[in-house]
Amino acid sequence: MPPLSVSLRNVSVKRRGKTILGPIDMDLGEAGFTVVLGPNGAGKTTLLKVLHGVERVSGGTVQWSRPADQAQQAQAYVFQRPIMLRRSVRNNLAYPLQLLGTPKVPIAQQVAIWAGRVGLADVLDQPAPRLSGGEKQKLALARALIRQPSVLFLDEPCANLDGRSTREIEAVLRAAHHSGTRIIMTTHDLGQARRLGSDVVFLLNGGLHEQGAAAQVFDAPAKAETRAFLDGDIVD
Amino acid sequence: MRLSGSTIDVDGARGQFSEMNDIWAGMLAAFQLIWSLDADLVEITLRSLQVSLSALVIASAIALPLGTWLAIRRFRFRRATIATLNALMGLPPVVVGLIVYLLLSRSGPFGVLGLLFTPAAMIIAQVIIITPLIASITHQAMRELWAEYHDLLISLNTTQRQRIATLIWDGRRALLTGALAGFGRAIGEVGAIMIVGGNIDHATRVLTTAIALETGKGDFALALGLGFILIALALMVNFAIHTLSRTERHGTW
Repeated sequence: MPPLSVSLRNVSVKRRGKTILGPIDMDLGEAGFTVVLGPNGAGKTTLLKVLHGVERVSGGTVQWSRPADQAQQAQAYVFQRPIMLRRSVRNNLAYPLQLLGTPKVPIAQQVAIWAGRVGLADVLDQPAPRLSGGEKQKLALARALIRQPSVLFLDEPCANLDGRSTREIEAVLRAAHHSGTRIIMTTHDLGQARRLGSDVVFLLNGGLHEQGAAAQVFDAPAKAETRAFLDGDIVD
Repeated sequence: MRLSGSTIDVDGARGQFSEMNDIWAGMLAAFQLIWSLDADLVEITLRSLQVSLSALVIASAIALPLGTWLAIRRFRFRRATIATLNALMGLPPVVVGLIVYLLLSRSGPFGVLGLLFTPAAMIIAQVIIITPLIASITHQAMRELWAEYHDLLISLNTTQRQRIATLIWDGRRALLTGALAGFGRAIGEVGAIMIVGGNIDHATRVLTTAIALETGKGDFALALGLGFILIALALMVNFAIHTLSRTERHGTW
């Protein structure tokens, strides 16, 4: 899939008269591993959903570098709580390709490849809703990557997971990033943000507070609130 | 006073006694009918199954997509549609029978089709009776599943048709319950099919209309025998479908 960039102009999201996000102006380039940071309620999930095109914006424009339908097809989204189809692991993995009308043989090959990559090859015939939390998250990740998206959105992919599952998921994310997938991820885990992020977006109270290269934001944040947040202080 | 009172008592006792006798006689009659594979009984039973299963298939083909569509689609008169659907669940079969009769009668708009007093007319009436029931149960079940799947299916850019297909497939066990409820209502229904079918021997007689006829004639044993067969049939179809679809094997799904 060819790369994608996006620019937000004056984007805001309001629900019942309350502003959840924005107004935000922001550009995200074609490559990179963007980490979206910020306290609870800062609008991280809303920002991801706006970018993905599944959240209705109250104002402003979201402009992808390709036409909207193409851009949407080239994206995948992993939700904070992994959504398991009530089917086997195999059929969960196959589902996104089935929707595209891919023939059976290539689907079976892709399923085998991705099940191997996330370590679910042994449980392919188990019902997905009965997997453990870490396995569900890995399945959701593989299911998102099986269409080989240009852009992958991840909403807290390692929330409530132990160290081993987190390490496995980070390895898959690194591999996907190296093979050219642009990743935009929210996280509460500052260690994970440092390990993975190439650039950082810091949201506060629905606004874009700071944006920059990871090294710069982590080592020399421009704003006092960013520094406080990175130091582990409570910011709201 | 006293004498007549005691007479009534005796009558009452005799009444109870003979009712017990009727039930035993009914069971015996049922057993004999089944044991001898009575030709008329087999024919009536098969016609009951044919009419109600046909109605079930047609009603499901309408109601499953409709109920699912109502669960995922937001439109202006959605609430009113769902309320109407729920109200239609209580549609009196006799009235449905009357309306279908008028539509299919010689002078009615579909009179030329010559469907009145045929199994086809009975199927039409039963489809009208059970479609709202199945659609309503489908809607309830699909609403929950849609809430669960919503974000993923939107994210994957699914078409409306793909969403409906996915929900029906993954919710098939819940839908089975709806279909069985519909079948139960269809196979036990008598008012509508009596009117549009006419209970014609060797043509439109089914178990329920036969029971009504035998009861009217006073042949309680035969009526009860047919009743037991009807109950057994309903149970057998339920068990068969549950076994085939392995509903009870997988816990929550």
